[in-house]
Amino acid sequence: MGYVLDFGWLGDAVSLIASGAAMTLFLIAVSAVAGIVLSVLGAAGRRSRHAWLRNAIAGYVELIRNTPFLVQLFFIFFGLPSLGIRLDPVVAAILAMTLNMTAYTTEIVGAGLDAVPKGQREAALALGLRPRLVFIKIVLPQALKVIYPALTSQIIIMMLESAVVSQIAVRELTYEADLLQARTFRAFETYFVVTLVYLAMSIGLRRLLVASGNRFLSGGVS
Amino acid sequence: MIEFTLWDIIRNLLLAARWTILLSAVAFAGGTIVGLLILFMRISKRRWVQRFAEYYIGLFQGTPLLMQLFLLFFGLPLLGLRIEPWTAAVLGLTLCASAFLAEIWRGGVQAVPVGQWDAGSSLGLHYLKQLRLIILPQAFAMTRAPTVGFLVQLIKSTALTSIIGFEELVRTSNAINNATFEPFKVYGFVALIYFALCFPLTRYAKILELRALKH
Repeated sequence: MGYVLDFGWLGDAVSLIASGAAMTLFLIAVSAVAGIVLSVLGAAGRRSRHAWLRNAIAGYVELIRNTPFLVQLFFIFFGLPSLGIRLDPVVAAILAMTLNMTAYTTEIVGAGLDAVPKGQREAALALGLRPRLVFIKIVLPQALKVIYPALTSQIIIMMLESAVVSQIAVRELTYEADLLQARTFRAFETYFVVTLVYLAMSIGLRRLLVASGNRFLSGGVS
Repeated sequence: MIEFTLWDIIRNLLLAARWTILLSAVAFAGGTIVGLLILFMRISKRRWVQRFAEYYIGLFQGTPLLMQLFLLFFGLPLLGLRIEPWTAAVLGLTLCASAFLAEIWRGGVQAVPVGQWDAGSSLGLHYLKQLRLIILPQAFAMTRAPTVGFLVQLIKSTALTSIIGFEELVRTSNAINNATFEPFKVYGFVALIYFALCFPLTRYAKILELRALKH
């Protein structure tokens, strides 16, 4: 009894926590960008004329959405080497996060594409734009505007879920927390501080995404 | 060295899956009870009670579940409570589920037209009776699909409790993998077991969603 909370270690730990947070932000930045680009392709493919492509993408989406991220991560990091694919932890983490993210955002982007009125596409085609240009210049920007809030939430969920990549020794925020608590024997205080850092990051990231969305989507559409 | 046949691997994984299912069920039940409390606070007319529920939900939705589990696992012993992985896992998932469920149901409550409340009060029902007899049944009916969808998320979240030492599917698979050195097979089967648990529920949620759209 009589446990006294001690945050004296915090002074020396700031740089470690900062570098862990930077790694977490790096991971989510790369996998969010890659995931959104891939999911545009995925959503377009899901609406393609070829049944095999539609089915393959649907199967991928269901497989990812119905299994835990941790298992996907272990499968990629521990399982793939037996096929001769050996990945660096950071690469494995980015791959797992991107694959996971893409499955969810493919559905979101698809819903956005469906929400754009058909007349928009027809009008653009009637103006003589090529189909690819119609997709990139007319349909996609309008779809992105509709789904932007959902994409923002998904990015934040993925950032919080990325805490588990500490399990394959990627030096992100949770991994640094694990190291710190092993050194200071102040597990509760360490995780408390790091939880607050995560909270600040998710609030900050949401604000940033909302602000940049307002800025670039309202001007960028027309 | 002990030889593991394929059947040994599958049998042990399936036995461990029982704990995943049990943990999911207990956390969902607990999350429902605590979630209802949070829901009542969230839709309360007192501003500070509402605020508290808002912060509670924001806290659990804005931090990683893994951190919540760590804080419980390392924090509760400081309060003098003996805590086992199972207790921390149930408590952590229950609290987290309550925040998500309260937020889902709040959406349902807000979607019930105000006239329904008015009708309730003009029948002379007091606040709790209005909620129980008129508002909540409609709110739950509307949010059935996202609630089932969240159950899928909860089942997948139980995988994280392996990290604080709860012996469920993933933790068992780590142990089997360490003994057999067949990660491709072991984690492949684990993924299949989770898929078998989650996919029917995902399908069910989809059906509920389509049914709700028809009305």
